[in-house]
Amino acid sequence: MSIISIVLVILIAFLAGMEGILDEFQFHQPLVACTLIGLVTGNLEAGIILGGTLQMIALGWANIGAAVAPDAALASVASAIILVKALGAESISIKDAVSSSIAIAVPLAVAGLFLTMIVRTLAVPIVHMMDSAAEEGNIRKIEWLHISAVCMQGIRIALPAAALLFIPAETVQTALESMPEWLTEGMAIGGGMVVAVGYALVINMMATKEVWPFFILGFVVAAISQLTLIALGAIGVALALIYLNLSKMGGSSNGGGGNSGDPLGDILNDY
Amino acid sequence: MAETEKIHLSKKDRLAVAWRSTFIQGSWNYERMQNGGWAFSMIPAIKKLYKSKEDRSAALKRHLEFFNTHPYIASPILGVTLALEEERANGAPVDDVAIQGVKVGMMGPLAGVGDPVFWFTVRPMLGALGASLAMGGSILGPIIFFLAWNIIRWGFMWYTQEFGYKAGSKITEDLSGGVLQDVTKGASILGMFVLAGLVQRWVTIKFLPIVSTVQLDEKAYIHWDELPSGSEGIRLAFEKVNAGLSMTAEKVTSLQDNLDQLIPGLAALLLTFLCMWLLKKKVSPILIILGLFIVGVVGHYFLIL
Repeated sequence: MSIISIVLVILIAFLAGMEGILDEFQFHQPLVACTLIGLVTGNLEAGIILGGTLQMIALGWANIGAAVAPDAALASVASAIILVKALGAESISIKDAVSSSIAIAVPLAVAGLFLTMIVRTLAVPIVHMMDSAAEEGNIRKIEWLHISAVCMQGIRIALPAAALLFIPAETVQTALESMPEWLTEGMAIGGGMVVAVGYALVINMMATKEVWPFFILGFVVAAISQLTLIALGAIGVALALIYLNLSKMGGSSNGGGGNSGDPLGDILNDY
Repeated sequence: MAETEKIHLSKKDRLAVAWRSTFIQGSWNYERMQNGGWAFSMIPAIKKLYKSKEDRSAALKRHLEFFNTHPYIASPILGVTLALEEERANGAPVDDVAIQGVKVGMMGPLAGVGDPVFWFTVRPMLGALGASLAMGGSILGPIIFFLAWNIIRWGFMWYTQEFGYKAGSKITEDLSGGVLQDVTKGASILGMFVLAGLVQRWVTIKFLPIVSTVQLDEKAYIHWDELPSGSEGIRLAFEKVNAGLSMTAEKVTSLQDNLDQLIPGLAALLLTFLCMWLLKKKVSPILIILGLFIVGVVGHYFLIL
């Protein structure tokens, strides 16, 4: 890997680390981070495929309430670096390289959690320094303290990335090649199932009695394989609009008394 | 009092605040959470509105109080706070308690909208769309995801901040209306619908065990050894396949076929329900993820999966 590539990869890792906490531009999402690392190291296509595969696993990873999800930033960056190193060997196909780097990435994502917690604790003394800066009315100092806190988050990912970069490619390749078939295949199968955890997290957050019927509809309709995701989304939007409008009709007319807004109900009542 | 010139926050000031609010979570900490980022975002306004050191110091301290909400939802709250600070700088009797009250009063209910809309609906949907393209190697996947997300995000942040600024303290009344509930409910309907589709399409389990092997009737399968050789044989074979003949002498039914006959994706659905149940039992998602990998490896080793 050339010096320029190494510098760029570390820069991307830094951005991903910042975004891991900011959650704004989404540089830490696998789809973006893996693609960028693939791009600067000359493995664009492999990076995109890895990004897409890992994104599917990480879809529902968001920190809400007590449930802490694995760290997408470290998983994306580390797996992309491992992928790039593995592809240096001629004997490995993109598909195999992708599934073995994901197998390594997921445990790393868990390790990333602890780094996040450490940095969030380190930020406490920083805001105390902000307090004393506010006392002095020192705006400059508050700005610098805040920026240094953001950078600390970037370093959280950039440092492990740099460490991974300096492990020689041969070590990574022999380690991956020494993984037996049943392990890598098994990990790939596990990856297919792990997707469910992300969805389960999200469903648990949103599910109410009122919206479960829409889940049933979605599940059944998705079996029609001609429908693309965009088509599914469109049906979903239509259903949501119809439901909201209908429930409003019912609600307002109840308030108005007399007319129930339900013609069939009126007829039945009159009858 | 009326003679003195009023200080106004220009569009440039408001844009500076909106840009800085991108970094609102930068110094997220376990003590007062987003307080540092909030003060950092307010700084352009504080500089413009207050000139004396005492006023600035008081304003900074006021905005270093505890604050935490969804990062994008902070925008409308920033807008309202900007309006209040502007009135205060122009001599209106807005005290610290009023400003803190508006911040705390808005952050709770609004955060409840941000999570379902952004993290549970928009991101999984755009992510799944982008990922399904990317898995085929298409660069469009990441590009669509990145552009669409950032256009939606920036549009939302700027317009809701402007909305908050113009509505000022009146916004608290507007929010009690049905709009918020509608948005939340609409998002969860759409989210549940699409999530179910994602479970069906992207959670993959394949059970290998074979349930039954049935010897087919003599006329129901292709007798490969009786076909003429060369292209003529291939043509004949295709004809027979089209006519509905089986390619093997036995009909093999796997456990997977049986499940798929009930409804495709049933196993994926059951797995998702199992995960939901485990999560409700307070099992850590990380443990479940590691557990599933182990199940995958062990299951594959014993040829079940």
